[in-house]
Amino acid sequence: MATYEFIDHKYDVVVVGAGGSGLRAALGCAQAGLKTACISKVFPTRSHTVAAQGGISASLGNMGEDDWRWHMYDTVKGSDWLGDQDAIEYMVRNAPAAVYELEHWGVPFSRTPEGKIYQRAFGGMTRNYGEAPIQRTCAAADRTGHALLHTMYGQSLAHETEFFIEYFALDLIMDEGHCRGVTAWKLDDGSLHRFQAQLVILATGGYGRAYFSCTSAHTCTGDGNGMVLRAGLPLQDMEFVQFHPTGIYGAGCLITEGARGEGGYLTNSEGERFMERYAPSAKDLASRDVVSRAMTIEIREGRGVGPKKDHIFLHLDHLDPKVLHERLPGISESARIFAGVDVTKEPIPVLPTVHYNMGGIPTNFYSEVVTRKGRNPDEVVPGLMAVGEAACVSVHGANRLGSNSLIDLVVFGRSAALRAAEALKPGDAQPELKPAMTDPHLARFDRFRNAAGATPTAALRLEMQQAMQEDAAVFRTGESLKSGVKRLKAVHAKRSDLRVSDRGLIWNTDLMETLELDNLIGQATVTVNGALNRTESRGAHAREDFPERDDQRWMKHTLAWFDDATGKVKLDDRPVHSFTLTNDIAYIAPKARVY
Amino acid sequence: MAQLTLPKNSQVQTGRHHPAPEGAGQTKTFRVYRYDPEAPGNPRWDTYDVDVEACGPMVLDVLIHIKNTMDATLAFRRSCREGVCGSCAMNIGGRNTLACTHGWREIPGKDVQVSPLPHMPVVKDLVPDLTLFYAQYASIEPWLHTDTPEPQKEWIQSPEDRAKLDGLYECILCACCTTSCPSYWWNGEKYLGPATLLQAYRWLVDSRDEAAGERLDALEDPFKLYRCHTIMNCAQVCPKGLNPAKAIAEVKKMLVERVV
Repeated sequence: MATYEFIDHKYDVVVVGAGGSGLRAALGCAQAGLKTACISKVFPTRSHTVAAQGGISASLGNMGEDDWRWHMYDTVKGSDWLGDQDAIEYMVRNAPAAVYELEHWGVPFSRTPEGKIYQRAFGGMTRNYGEAPIQRTCAAADRTGHALLHTMYGQSLAHETEFFIEYFALDLIMDEGHCRGVTAWKLDDGSLHRFQAQLVILATGGYGRAYFSCTSAHTCTGDGNGMVLRAGLPLQDMEFVQFHPTGIYGAGCLITEGARGEGGYLTNSEGERFMERYAPSAKDLASRDVVSRAMTIEIREGRGVGPKKDHIFLHLDHLDPKVLHERLPGISESARIFAGVDVTKEPIPVLPTVHYNMGGIPTNFYSEVVTRKGRNPDEVVPGLMAVGEAACVSVHGANRLGSNSLIDLVVFGRSAALRAAEALKPGDAQPELKPAMTDPHLARFDRFRNAAGATPTAALRLEMQQAMQEDAAVFRTGESLKSGVKRLKAVHAKRSDLRVSDRGLIWNTDLMETLELDNLIGQATVTVNGALNRTESRGAHAREDFPERDDQRWMKHTLAWFDDATGKVKLDDRPVHSFTLTNDIAYIAPKARVY
Repeated sequence: MAQLTLPKNSQVQTGRHHPAPEGAGQTKTFRVYRYDPEAPGNPRWDTYDVDVEACGPMVLDVLIHIKNTMDATLAFRRSCREGVCGSCAMNIGGRNTLACTHGWREIPGKDVQVSPLPHMPVVKDLVPDLTLFYAQYASIEPWLHTDTPEPQKEWIQSPEDRAKLDGLYECILCACCTTSCPSYWWNGEKYLGPATLLQAYRWLVDSRDEAAGERLDALEDPFKLYRCHTIMNCAQVCPKGLNPAKAIAEVKKMLVERVV
């Protein structure tokens, strides 16, 4: 093996990832006087938060009466009761303050005639516990994520966060169960770095790229999740993968749910507004899992549109062009570029497309990473936190509501910083790091760098993506998932036959994509194993062989460990929190989920 | 006029040719700038005969196809693939643009030339060093400055005032405009360039911001702002259809107006 030397850094806190949750956490830590580093494999404004369109949910009540309790009810129902209600209460109660904070930082929200933040309707968001759709989603046209991320990056320039940009995080530095930092590879000069910290906050996003077609960016490879698996810690509820109803047919680019929030609707080959059959009350604004399943059934039953009858139409052509221009300019542009469609005249061809991972690194509502240890299902992993899509708090349970992701980012990014400020002393002494803690990181890096097998990274990645696309789709069966488990096992086995063509250290994207693929393989494997194990249908996990939700057996979170060497998965579970945060609201008991 | 030539070690030489695989359908040749900082030798033009029938419609689809099936060593930035993250800005067919939203069919001529954003140091292949660009962006303090105590809820902003931010806040910091600007090529160390100045104006016209005076003071300098000579390349190339030149003209107007 080549010899590698680390360049050492010491911080109170190291945040990995500079999207919405990472920036919010880093900002909060810096404000609290903690010496904070934020490392990211892309320049912060290129993180995938930038692509969020429709908005950020909070019960501001700018468009009529609203109540955080209604938001909580909708989120619990949206989660198909798998969400932890203490965390959900924490999120929805802190949501309005979090949105006002963003506005005070300068986010260019769209405005009501009175000059307040404009709010639009979104799927599953209702007034008075399911009575009728409500306008709760705060929007900056259809570029809310972009507006938010750029503003937050600007704000973090005003504080003392140190950024390490285009550093690719390799592995967590673990010391007998305690996280002591993270190792990283600096792309522009090829050097390797050891970031020691009292606390590591993972804000590394989701892993949409485990699938062949997704709305997620190329960089959404869940690197933090991969690092957690290699550190011998479990991931939670990975079988819950959200398909967004409206990805552009072919390209997979996102068309916001806000399009339906502003009055858009779906039709099949008969021109029928079929959602009225599946969700008589909420119709096109039912939650995403419901709409994606309805679309899939329409296509299966021969009512898809297009020459192959394999997609669905989204109509905006009946809307006032002024509304399209003001409220939906971004998706109008995307539809023109990627589907060749003028939205004022024609419908957009769409298809359910992988969009979001409800699962991730298990945490409590302080954002501390937890694991099951013996009888304790909530054992805190010292020195490690996770926020954003990488984390599973779990506020989204089995299915996330649209616009609840952006609020999740800022509320839990903040909660992590508050906890860090409470728990850490700036500049506190840190134990010496030993080479044995990082030797495996280097061995892995060097192994892939010199991989000289016969399988190019792109080929193995495609094999994994196709397996996931076919076997862990909107609808699953025991048979498809068994096939998925088998195919992922084969992919894992071929990992030793990978070929990397570039042996360099500077901007070696061949190696970076290989390290990302390695991260993806572990996540894809636990996803199909968790899905095969869960013999019920709940939220985004729809088993045709077990079509009903089974609260008796399955009202619990899946925990999955992955043995990197053998590819074996170990499953266990954690109870769903059947309590709320305060006495201001009682536990919302499960009932049938009808929209 | 001065005759300029590149230093010897920067002259781009003819590189490798990668023929189309057997059985390829319609092919198109892509000439791609290659530079490996870890290998000896000059930068070079590699040519790839790409089976475009196997590719998606965008130049980024072609680059990914090359990387996946012809030459895994090619380095370029990319992320969202839908024109919002600004990662894949490069010079395609002589024009700065985003590879992900630019269709290869739209490029005239037989061959397509792809090179990094011009006049920036090249780290590797199509990856330019944007350190200076980012530092200049940070220098205009791109955050809301207020002295008035914050309200309990949001600052009130009328829809008319909010509309003033349209055409400005959508900037994705891709650097297509700045690196297409001849003034920036000459005076990039001191002239802030179109992207940064567009952002400067975005904060100047935000009705919630209370630091217009200080912001204008910081820009009143022969180089930072006034090196804009209305060449308009910026507005020509912006992949988001924004007009930085107009924003710069507005800043100049604000400076004049506060004197008279």
